Amino acid sequence: MDVVLLSRLQFAAATMFHFLFVPLTLGLSIMVAWMETQYVRTGDKTWLSMTKFWGKIFLINFALGVVTGITLEFQFGTNWSRYSAFVGDIFGSLLAIEATAAFFLESTLIGVWVFGWKKLSAKAHAIVMWLIAGASTLSAVWILAANAWMQHPVGYTIRDGRAELTNFFEILFQKFAILEFFHTVSASYILSAFVVMGISAYFLLHKRHVDFFTRSFKIALAFGLVFSFFEFVEGHIHGADLADKQPAKLAAMDAHWETSTRAPVYLFAIPDEKNERNFIEIGEMPGMLSLLAYHDFDAEVRGLKDFPREERPPVLITSLAFKGMVGLGVYFCCITVIGFFLRNRLTESPLFLKVMLFSIPLPYIAVELGWVLAEVGRQPWIVYGLMKTSDAVSPISTSQVGVSLISFVLVYGFLGLVGLYLVVKHVARGPEPA
Amino acid sequence: MELQIIWFFLWGLLWALFFITDGFDFGIGTLLPFLGKTNNEKRTMLNTLGPLWDGNEVWLITAGGVTFAAFPLVYAVMFSSLYSALMLILFALIFRGVAIEFRNKVEHPEWRFLWDAMVFLGSAAPAILFGVVFANIFKGIPFDGDLIYRGTLFSLFNFYGVLGGLLFLLLFLVHGSVWLAFKTTGALHERSVKAAKRLWPVLLVVAAGFLIASAYETSLYDNYKANPVLFVFVLAAVAALIATRLFISKRSYFKAWVASAVSIAGCTFFGVIGLFPNLFPSSVSPEHSLTAYNASSSPLTLKIMLIVTIILIPIVICYQGWAYKLFSDKEPDAETMPDAHY
Repeated sequence: MDVVLLSRLQFAAATMFHFLFVPLTLGLSIMVAWMETQYVRTGDKTWLSMTKFWGKIFLINFALGVVTGITLEFQFGTNWSRYSAFVGDIFGSLLAIEATAAFFLESTLIGVWVFGWKKLSAKAHAIVMWLIAGASTLSAVWILAANAWMQHPVGYTIRDGRAELTNFFEILFQKFAILEFFHTVSASYILSAFVVMGISAYFLLHKRHVDFFTRSFKIALAFGLVFSFFEFVEGHIHGADLADKQPAKLAAMDAHWETSTRAPVYLFAIPDEKNERNFIEIGEMPGMLSLLAYHDFDAEVRGLKDFPREERPPVLITSLAFKGMVGLGVYFCCITVIGFFLRNRLTESPLFLKVMLFSIPLPYIAVELGWVLAEVGRQPWIVYGLMKTSDAVSPISTSQVGVSLISFVLVYGFLGLVGLYLVVKHVARGPEPA
Repeated sequence: MELQIIWFFLWGLLWALFFITDGFDFGIGTLLPFLGKTNNEKRTMLNTLGPLWDGNEVWLITAGGVTFAAFPLVYAVMFSSLYSALMLILFALIFRGVAIEFRNKVEHPEWRFLWDAMVFLGSAAPAILFGVVFANIFKGIPFDGDLIYRGTLFSLFNFYGVLGGLLFLLLFLVHGSVWLAFKTTGALHERSVKAAKRLWPVLLVVAAGFLIASAYETSLYDNYKANPVLFVFVLAAVAALIATRLFISKRSYFKAWVASAVSIAGCTFFGVIGLFPNLFPSSVSPEHSLTAYNASSSPLTLKIMLIVTIILIPIVICYQGWAYKLFSDKEPDAETMPDAHY
């Protein structure tokens, strides 16, 4: 194994682990702020008890999200120094602004929220949670603009062997960044909704705290329903945008080898990269890929064979990640619609509640697959079309990265178990009267 | 070019702010097993930093981010050269953060022992390592013309590096114990005052040793000799250190904390001013040293970042100051408020 592969694995492990916690904090902060606002408005103690119950899950996730986020920023320098030197002018400034404009507010206020119950008025305390929710969303704006720039670099010029900034607002407001932002944030809301619905389903199944968890379930259901459908449409626009900006990724997503008109989508396909074809193709829908990419059944879609081998992303991983993500997305739409019709007789629908309980892991799988698609599908580029991943790595030794990679896996594995244990223990104890 | 000079000193300022704010967290974490005799005292100690440490740590992210944005080449070469030391710092910070948040989540002595140990290690290790790393930067790092590091993790632990580590640790220990003296009451308060009083002379000796060793181990004094007026900063750092002790005697612990903060800023700036215009000097091929001039971002990026910083950093300081003020009263004994915070 070489430094590039080890560094990639390390970054993948660190980001994917980080992203187990971030989405839930994005969505749950809004739901908790909403619950606390209801408490301030009505004085109903159940809302307060909901705020605290879900708030604690939020905090456990937040703590793990924060500590695992720092390593990401520093890994660009430690493992990807040539990349950092090449893009720092642009990429570095987005990260620095994220810290000053958003992360500071979020981290400072989280302490105020946790320790400030008796120091602030109920109203001010609720406002603090809204600010936390706002700051975490703002944080996503900057981070995703930075990632979008790696996917589709704009607003730069190459001078003295590096990318230099020419148009700051073009980077921030380019279509790719906006699409990526909405895609990621609504995925996070869906995930949060499914976690809240799943945990609520557990209590409703056992008819415990029925009022408390019916309210929680319904808030989450509204969230989940709206964003599952939003994501479906948004995801389509995001995907179609790739036809223009990352055609190799699009071709890999659908295991599409030959450039053709009326390009099909397969419900399921396993690509054979060596022989440039698919082992298995099931459920061919002719013209579907052309339609999705160009809104025209007869449009020509470039196939993988049109790209030199060394400029194709790993087709198997990319296509499976895409199919898995979309499949789960469809499932989220269906199950939340069913939930909508059952919303007033949840306790009489044990099967549905069980399905919701066991659905908790699914949005986690979906968001991780989404990142796999975004990042693996961009290969061999670290900055699409500008810099290859293999040219980006630091001049460090294999043993250094090997040791740190093993440490990451062990430490994160341990933290993951501890976090899961704490959440399960907290949930099992159930809500306490406020 | 002025922008690069401004950014050089802003860079130093952000690191100084990180050392000041998170410094007392490191100090308290390191003192935890020594000053906290009972579980309640340990909880009280951690509650004095509980609402603040998270925001404090963002200064590190900002300092790192600004290095990336304003001096990308420095960020690249510094972070990859110091790979192993930085990884140790990162893991230590992970454990510290998680430990502070998780220690009270389960009422079990062994659970608490585990996380207390992590608070201690996760605070002491970064305190020392930041000192070691910065002392080595003051001294010069062995990287060659291809910007490749020719040392190891262990070569950082030379005499001057270790002295720097010791200096940072002591600065933070005094800083932390003064904060504890300010925030606590009763036996814990007495113990914190005593710790501050005992640690202070050691700090003074190590600080003096560091100033002397710097003359032999580094070329930091070249800038001072060229502009003797700059010695004002060194004197200010020393004066702040002495003021810290005077305020402790007067039982004005908040003032002592401010004085200690100034001494930390003074120490950072002693090095930063001495380094100028070097950000990451090379000890083996000085002509390849990374400076504010040859390693900076484009003028446009520096300008945009400057605007952002000038607007946002004062706002951050305002609301962080508000949070500090909100939690500036004496910390009640943890026993009297069992699950008020979680």
